[in-house]
Amino acid sequence: MGLSLILLIAFLAAFAPFVTPYPKHAGVFVNFAEASQPPSLRYLFGTDVFGRDILSRIFFGFRFSLLMGVVVLVLVVPPGVILGLVAGYFKGSWIDTAIMRITDIFLAVPPLILALAICSVLPPNIFNAMMAVSLMWWPWYTRLVYGLASSLRNEFFVEAAELTGAGRLHILFKEILPNCVSPIFTKMSLDMGWVILIGATLSFVGLGVQPPKPGLGTMVADGRIYMPDQWWITVFPALAIMFVVLGFNLLGDGLRDLFAVEEV
Amino acid sequence: MRMGIFLLKRLGYSIFVLLGLSILVFIIARIMPGDPARLALGPRAPEWAVQRVRESMYLDKPLYAQYVYWLRDFVRGDFGESLFTRRDVATDIKEFLPATIELALFSGAIMAVFGILLGSISARYSNTWVDNVVRVGSYVGVCTPSFIFAVFFLLAFGYVLHILPSIGRLSAGVTKPPVITGMIIFDGLITGNFRAVGDTLWHLIMPGVALALGGMSQEARITRSAMSDNLKKDYIAAERAQGIPERVINLRYLLKPSLIPTVSILGLDFAALLANAFIVELIFNWPGMSRYGISAMLRKDLNAIIAVIMVMGVMFIVVNIIVDIVVSFLDPRIRLGAERSK
Repeated sequence: MGLSLILLIAFLAAFAPFVTPYPKHAGVFVNFAEASQPPSLRYLFGTDVFGRDILSRIFFGFRFSLLMGVVVLVLVVPPGVILGLVAGYFKGSWIDTAIMRITDIFLAVPPLILALAICSVLPPNIFNAMMAVSLMWWPWYTRLVYGLASSLRNEFFVEAAELTGAGRLHILFKEILPNCVSPIFTKMSLDMGWVILIGATLSFVGLGVQPPKPGLGTMVADGRIYMPDQWWITVFPALAIMFVVLGFNLLGDGLRDLFAVEEV
Repeated sequence: MRMGIFLLKRLGYSIFVLLGLSILVFIIARIMPGDPARLALGPRAPEWAVQRVRESMYLDKPLYAQYVYWLRDFVRGDFGESLFTRRDVATDIKEFLPATIELALFSGAIMAVFGILLGSISARYSNTWVDNVVRVGSYVGVCTPSFIFAVFFLLAFGYVLHILPSIGRLSAGVTKPPVITGMIIFDGLITGNFRAVGDTLWHLIMPGVALALGGMSQEARITRSAMSDNLKKDYIAAERAQGIPERVINLRYLLKPSLIPTVSILGLDFAALLANAFIVELIFNWPGMSRYGISAMLRKDLNAIIAVIMVMGVMFIVVNIIVDIVVSFLDPRIRLGAERSK
């Protein structure tokens, strides 16, 4: 179910210009004659105060949400995993201490607060939001892989590789890493939802996707001042965020069951 | 004695983490493009005034010296002057922090009590409609950000049904009790101003529940899963065979060990709650430190940003120490493990 939901959202995002009823409404577009229209057959989710179709903007908004999730994970997973592998393999050494204590510092405050702080000192845009979230997210992968690698390093196959004279790079990336892949992928699918959620939160306070671009969080924030009379401006983008996060959570849970991963 | 050593170690480690966090936050504050002093005073301010702010913030010194001066002042409780309100940041925080603690405590209590209660009910009535409702509800709760709950609640209970107050901490016309702790509920109880207590509780419902729902759902899921796992264990069957009443088994032998993962995750959920308070306070116009923090972030008010994050870090660390202590009381293996490792 999670997979089908995500595939549907990805399809709508990828082909947004072709599947949306009013593709022009995603950007700078004003039609005051159709402003603040409630949901109808013509505008299924209604229109905003500029007369833009909410449904079309939501489909385009999925693009920014998915982009945020994908870019952040592409940026954080490799360094997070490598640091975790190295710290876990050299458990008990100064390398382990240095890496894991730095990780602890980053984990000392919720990522949203530090991401908000970083975004606030930089010019507000989606690129800086991605950088800020990435900077705060890698330690979760380091900690996950550290736990796995520090137990795997005592397994017979690692000791056997060491005895046959295999290099450290070989042991780390050919022996230990392949055994960490399932939990990493499971965490990635769960994290897509959380990263999208943080991205939406940053946009909500004006530090992420900037108008007139249709960020889902931005749309919720924009509509808030027109409540309760024009509830549809806020409610539908809010539901869209819920569906995206729900989809990735269902997918993550499915993967966890499939790989029989206990904890990520 | 052993608990004392454990606490000392934990405290030492926390100080290390806080020091690290202070460096991290300091770096974040200094990556801001442009001159913070000029930014604070505006483009038309005379150069001598800008220079004075630079000197007061030690911006004319090398970076490491700036950090040392800043840390010295911070330890003394001097967080500098807010570049926007022109007031002492420490005074601002002293004024706004109690409202955030009040909200966090209220929300944390809802999260823990109802999370554990719903999880227990779900496990007790496993695979019935009750269980299914709790499971689906908690799944939706986990997947929904607090600000969306906040917006929905505001729409439903504040604007449409008009049954709960939409903004603020106290209704107009209700006298605020004199400041003792800064938390109206406690101050009202101490001074006998029960009207203010009731009114604040009434105002707390919407932001408190909006903040709690995510963590509460998580607690319910974890409690249910732990209880379901423990129910299958042999020791429960053995206790039933000995004729121990079902209520005693449920409360003493099943719930207590099942709470260990729940309490462990409470620390993380409380941290998430504090983070989400940044947005929820903004939506409900709750006059707390998080709203102050987010305003500071939007105005690039450096001293206030740094102070708010550091105070949040301290709160998070204190909560985690409390969680560690509670878990060590709940789980004798942790205490025994600590003894064995000696």
